[in-house]
Amino acid sequence: MELDVNELFFWEPIALEGTIFEINRVVLLMFLGSIVCIAFFLAGSRRGPLVPKGIRNIAEMAYLFVRNQIAIDMMGPKEGARYAPYLATLFFFIFVMNLMEIVPGINFPVTSRMAIPAALALLTYIIFNVAGIIRQGPIKYFKNTVVLPGVPLIIQPLMIVIEIFSTFIFRPLTLAIRLFANMMAGHVLLTIFFLFSADFVKFDITLPLGILTAAIASVLILFELLVITIQAYIFTMLTAFYIREAVHGHGDEHEEEHHEVPHETEGLATQPA
Amino acid sequence: MDLIYLAQEGGLTDEGLTALAHGLVYGLGAIGPGIGVGLVFSSAIEAMARQPEMAGQTRATMFIGFALIEALALIGFVLAFII
Repeated sequence: MELDVNELFFWEPIALEGTIFEINRVVLLMFLGSIVCIAFFLAGSRRGPLVPKGIRNIAEMAYLFVRNQIAIDMMGPKEGARYAPYLATLFFFIFVMNLMEIVPGINFPVTSRMAIPAALALLTYIIFNVAGIIRQGPIKYFKNTVVLPGVPLIIQPLMIVIEIFSTFIFRPLTLAIRLFANMMAGHVLLTIFFLFSADFVKFDITLPLGILTAAIASVLILFELLVITIQAYIFTMLTAFYIREAVHGHGDEHEEEHHEVPHETEGLATQPA
Repeated sequence: MDLIYLAQEGGLTDEGLTALAHGLVYGLGAIGPGIGVGLVFSSAIEAMARQPEMAGQTRATMFIGFALIEALALIGFVLAFII
């Protein structure tokens, strides 16, 4: 059985061929996901009795999860409430796009095409830079981002170069690649297991093997559900983390005094890849 | 079957070496992040067990650390497809 990975992710254009607005199955699925997302939250945000029930209950719970567990936990009550709408949009968009991986009949994660994670990462990149520049002013923002407090003077030039790379180049890059590679890996994994099962489940000697791979494939769907949720969570979480870093900066005096130790670990955690 | 015999039969083709490289790039690239992710989760579990009241904050930090380390493994995974 010959399997070319590109075949799994490439779809023929359906309409508007040759223009930049070319539509293929991925774009259609993205529209579908957006419509589902919008419809769900419109249905959930209708005015009604004080005690919510049904779809409104679920929508409020879902929004409050992002608002309280991610935005406010990460950025504090004031900033958290300000950025919660963007973070919630990001979370549910990514979640629905990822979820299509295991929806029967669709079985294709939209986020496994690099364009979508890249666009989302670019949006986050613009937002955290603009937020930092507006809050601190361009020069102070740049200085606070690249100069780590408490580093010996001799190592400082080296650290500045590393910080510039890690903040302005690696952050958006790893943000996009993480989501893309996870969904792509998941899609390839599921495809391989289900193709094997389809090939093995015949009434001859390979039947037990086929049943085994089919059972593993079914468990893998649950595993992918976990990955889908965690990836949406991590993307939103890191976005909140980057915005907070940009808004507060490394050299925030009153924060430094109160908890020195957590600030040290934050400094280390901002050097990905 | 002896390896020398196999080499004589087919020769070390470019295709074979590329296939070997695909495996090695991902396999070697996953060693470091594997250890790193293990350390992150073990420390986080220890911290949560010692201070359950800080579990929420620990979990948030744990996922950030996990995500940053995991990026390395995933870059290896993507490279395996590119080369």
